[in-house]
Amino acid sequence: MSPPPAKNAEASPLFVGVDVGSSRTKVAILDAALNLIGYDVRKSGTDFSLTADACLKRALGMAGRKSEDVVHTISTGYGRKNVAFSRETRTEIGCHGKGCYHYFPRAVTIIDIGGQDNKIIKLDDGGRRLSFKMNRKCAAGTGAFLEEMSARLDIPLEDMDGLARKSNDMVKLGSFCTVFSATEVLENIRGGKKIEDIVKGLFYSVIKRVLEMDSMTENVVMTGGVVAHNPYLVQMTEEQIGRPVLIPPHPQLTGAVGAALYALEAVQAGAAEENN
Amino acid sequence: MTQEKEIVIRRLKTAKDLGKFMADYYYELDDAAKSGKKKVAWCTSVGPAEILRGMGFLTYFPETHSAMLGTTRMASDLIPKANAIGYSPDICSYLTADIGAFLEGVTPLSRAFPGIESVPKPDVLVYNTNQCRDVQDWFAWYADRFDVPLVGVETYRNVPEVTPAHITSIARQMENIVEPLEKVAGRKLDMDEFKNAVALSRECSDLWEKCLAAASAVPSPLTFFDGTTLMGPAVVGRGTRKAIDAYNLLLEELEERISQGIGAIENERYRLYWEGMPIWGRLSMHSKLFAGLNANVIASTYCSSWIFTALDPADPFESMARAYTELFIVRSDDYKEEYIKNKLEFFKCDGIIYHDAKTCPNNTNCRYGMPQRLEKRAGMPSLVINGDLNDLRMLSDEQTKTNVEAFIEQLEERK
Repeated sequence: MSPPPAKNAEASPLFVGVDVGSSRTKVAILDAALNLIGYDVRKSGTDFSLTADACLKRALGMAGRKSEDVVHTISTGYGRKNVAFSRETRTEIGCHGKGCYHYFPRAVTIIDIGGQDNKIIKLDDGGRRLSFKMNRKCAAGTGAFLEEMSARLDIPLEDMDGLARKSNDMVKLGSFCTVFSATEVLENIRGGKKIEDIVKGLFYSVIKRVLEMDSMTENVVMTGGVVAHNPYLVQMTEEQIGRPVLIPPHPQLTGAVGAALYALEAVQAGAAEENN
Repeated sequence: MTQEKEIVIRRLKTAKDLGKFMADYYYELDDAAKSGKKKVAWCTSVGPAEILRGMGFLTYFPETHSAMLGTTRMASDLIPKANAIGYSPDICSYLTADIGAFLEGVTPLSRAFPGIESVPKPDVLVYNTNQCRDVQDWFAWYADRFDVPLVGVETYRNVPEVTPAHITSIARQMENIVEPLEKVAGRKLDMDEFKNAVALSRECSDLWEKCLAAASAVPSPLTFFDGTTLMGPAVVGRGTRKAIDAYNLLLEELEERISQGIGAIENERYRLYWEGMPIWGRLSMHSKLFAGLNANVIASTYCSSWIFTALDPADPFESMARAYTELFIVRSDDYKEEYIKNKLEFFKCDGIIYHDAKTCPNNTNCRYGMPQRLEKRAGMPSLVINGDLNDLRMLSDEQTKTNVEAFIEQLEERK
């Protein structure tokens, strides 16, 4: 079934997903043919609504379209209820599942590493969610852990991936806790360990925390900003689980894409109801 | 911006009667402690209260007081006071909140019941470790503080099947506490009073069981969150006629709701089971969170902990030993798994919420693979919420909300 037309009848309708995460806000715009035609990512900051507006504006600019063309928006993420132009929300767990299944329509285990939390989501081969888990009230294994460590080590976050790749003798960190890990890092610095070996140890620590949250099924997908900006984490995960990991085209946008897909479905369902 | 929808939760009229029961209970205790007219025994919530009634003691239950510290959200500020004197933040937050409150000289009883300034001073403390070891440590601190005797029953743990050997051992322990209690009471155990208390406890337990079973109706006339406060008389009043009167009224109202098809929440679409302790400081928030998603948490292991079907006045010691040993919390995981599976079927549940209470391992049943086993056996989707019974520093409301919403979305996909 075709979705209803946009207010601007000349233009094809647009469906928007907004993912207001603890660290970054992401907007994805899909057209009716499910093409990702515009997107934006920026720091969530303190005014979620303002940030979401700015993201939408830039994403529309990228798509060369106007806000009048947007038929429906769904917001997700921690700030999902703070988006002024969204009337409907879904959880980020649902949206990540939806977004991943769009790119990989099969039974999958999704590992999403976000700024503040991790998620393990299992879908069956029809895209229905079987289970999900989020990390407990702890930064271990999240983007916040790497951010904290980059600040402590005075290394720009964007340099971490390159440094980890240079390591030949990874330092293994034993602690669960971010604060205790920081102490371990200091001990290793005092012990003369190379910084790249320590950084790889930090990456390894993230993966270990995530892999111990749940079991992995055959197909594993990784998403989230941490993965998008640190692709070496994916390579290290593949080494740990012994098989390739699937990565969507824009791993950081998966939740926003999922929300946009829900927006399209909601409109289709509404149209179907009207027709009935 | 998304609009918050109006949430309809229908309060039970008899909740007021049960509230009156609790007020009368605390005023009677306060009067006894101030006047010295009656001896006061502190007792653990599934301790041998009936023996105490057979000697004329009034019984006070510190766990109920701790739950009040939780619901009033006083606990999180008081727990650190107990931490500072050597009681770890990782142990029972009932214990730490209660001792913290005592150290600070505060009690939620003063807020709830004007005129009551403190908890009633004990003449003796009586425990049963069937819940956990913490109750013994907790009571030992007060025994030292008040310089009064401490007696108790040390129970078995992880019991697969309750055998005659278990019963004999526990019954003898119960008999052995009689003599030291008689010394405090200044009188002998009256066997008729004792048997009468056992009979009344059984009647109270049977009524409470019927009240909880009412939640099997669709829609359920009751929520778990109602149950956590309505269970007050089953805890503090068992062995008394007043508790029975209170539950007769409650049962009548629940049956009336069932006959009229009135649910405790509007539009009950999902029926959930709660496994573990309530998060006392979040009862209202959680009740609204679930109701807002058209989900009713209708039943729990926790509220069923005060059902003692083995009690038999003809054989008081042995039957108490059985009743207080065959409790869920005392049993092995195999037993617990079967128990929960039966409850899920009986209450026609769509899913189960496990509360992983940071400081209450004995009332937390998701740490040894239970959710995964039950999911495999009963196909029951589950969600684990990390939190605590009293220590609100141990939980993230935002994570809880997201998890619960995501869980309901998951159930929706299956409908």
